[in-house]
Amino acid sequence: MSVRAAIEEATRDSYARVVATLIRITGDWDLAEDCAQDALAVALEKWPAAGVPENPGAWLLTVARNRALDVLRRASLERRKVAELAHLPLDPPSPAHDDRLRLIFTCCHPALSLPARVALTLRTIAGLPTAAIARAFLVTEPTMTRRLTRAKTKIAQAGIAYRVPSGAALTERLPSVLGVLYLLFNHGYGAGGETSFADEAVRLTRLLARLMPEQSEVAGLLALCLIQHSRRHARRDDSGALLTLAEQDRSRWDHAMIAEGLAALPDPGGPYALQARIAACHTRETTDWPQIAALYDRLAAVVPSPVVQLNRAVAYGYAQSPATGLTMLAEARVAGALDGYPYALAAEADLTARAGHTPAAVALFEQAAAAAHSPAEAQALLRRATELTSDT
Amino acid sequence: MQYMMFVCTDTEPETDESQIPDIFQWVADNDEAGRRVSGNELVPPSSATTVRVRGGELLLSDGPFAETKEVIVGFDLLECADLDEAIEVARTHPMAYSGRIELRPFHQE
Repeated sequence: MSVRAAIEEATRDSYARVVATLIRITGDWDLAEDCAQDALAVALEKWPAAGVPENPGAWLLTVARNRALDVLRRASLERRKVAELAHLPLDPPSPAHDDRLRLIFTCCHPALSLPARVALTLRTIAGLPTAAIARAFLVTEPTMTRRLTRAKTKIAQAGIAYRVPSGAALTERLPSVLGVLYLLFNHGYGAGGETSFADEAVRLTRLLARLMPEQSEVAGLLALCLIQHSRRHARRDDSGALLTLAEQDRSRWDHAMIAEGLAALPDPGGPYALQARIAACHTRETTDWPQIAALYDRLAAVVPSPVVQLNRAVAYGYAQSPATGLTMLAEARVAGALDGYPYALAAEADLTARAGHTPAAVALFEQAAAAAHSPAEAQALLRRATELTSDT
Repeated sequence: MQYMMFVCTDTEPETDESQIPDIFQWVADNDEAGRRVSGNELVPPSSATTVRVRGGELLLSDGPFAETKEVIVGFDLLECADLDEAIEVARTHPMAYSGRIELRPFHQE
């Protein structure tokens, strides 16, 4: 590992803690971020020559704290904040009072719009540059800056508390946090996505699982992300086209990550735990489709969404017969929510092919390719169409 | 913090009326807890009068300044620690079920 990589590794773990702590004491999100960024810059300047300090987190917090003190003292107000900052304990606090948890729950407060929650999480907790976040969500940098400013203004003006909810409120609020993390993960995992987002999502979910070991849905999300992320090096061929699970070279899966995911797997119950169980079934040498179909039955009962119905139809298409899958897919489509959805077309194409209706399947694969969200997906679907044509 | 709670109608009310809480209980509970500073119902917007002054001249018009399907039918002034507490107060109001509620914090300082 190069010095720079070592520094980045050491600082990434500490960044969110520094920001979260400074927000708790000062209530000033911009000040907290600026001081944390300043501390990072100082570290990058000094550490290559001086070496990474023994406790990089405490070092960064000290520098950031001193910056914040300077700013607040210059403003010659905020006496209480100055006093609290000056006496800030620099040892890591106990998990029950971890400021990062407060920060995560505040960034993911459901009174903020979903795009705002995602942007705040990436900017404030992960410390990613605004320009990179803007690029990933296809908006201009000024637009993303405004979105972040508006969210921080709302937190201050609307009185959104900087705290981890407890009791029944925690049960209500946790899905929003998990939803943001999973959206981040999928944004990184999806074709053409920013892969660093998936890494950040895994990192944050690991942190959340460590801080909230009693929450089985957090463990479920962690297991789900780890198992999916374990295939990151096997998901594409050399030309960048996406490969199906069956086509992937399993030796390129990250088996350590799979083991970590399987170890995290909680008892099935909530939607993430059930999806993680399903993902775990796909890691085995031979796929137990009846087991997967049964898990989808339970998932559809908890989350009756069209996409879950679609995946359930695919599972039954393998567990029972392509015809059963096609019937269930037709039922899932009745409500119209899957109209034009490329994965619904791709699933129909695959089921039709396996039912032996080759010309219809070729046409459906071509239709799915035309509707695909990315060139890599379109390429993979067109390859299936070509393979079918050359087989006959 | 103080929040102005606007109580509004909505075009898609909760259809299960057995779920809807009692307004008198809501007022009593929140008055007793000191979370409700004041509040009242408003008459329909058809009886509203819109006032403007332009070029020094008083311009009055009959009715609300904007015709909308969702209208404000009442308000309550809340005193709450933070937004989460205000949301807890709003969610137990009957109009959260049959209408909608907008929480607007007051400008601080």
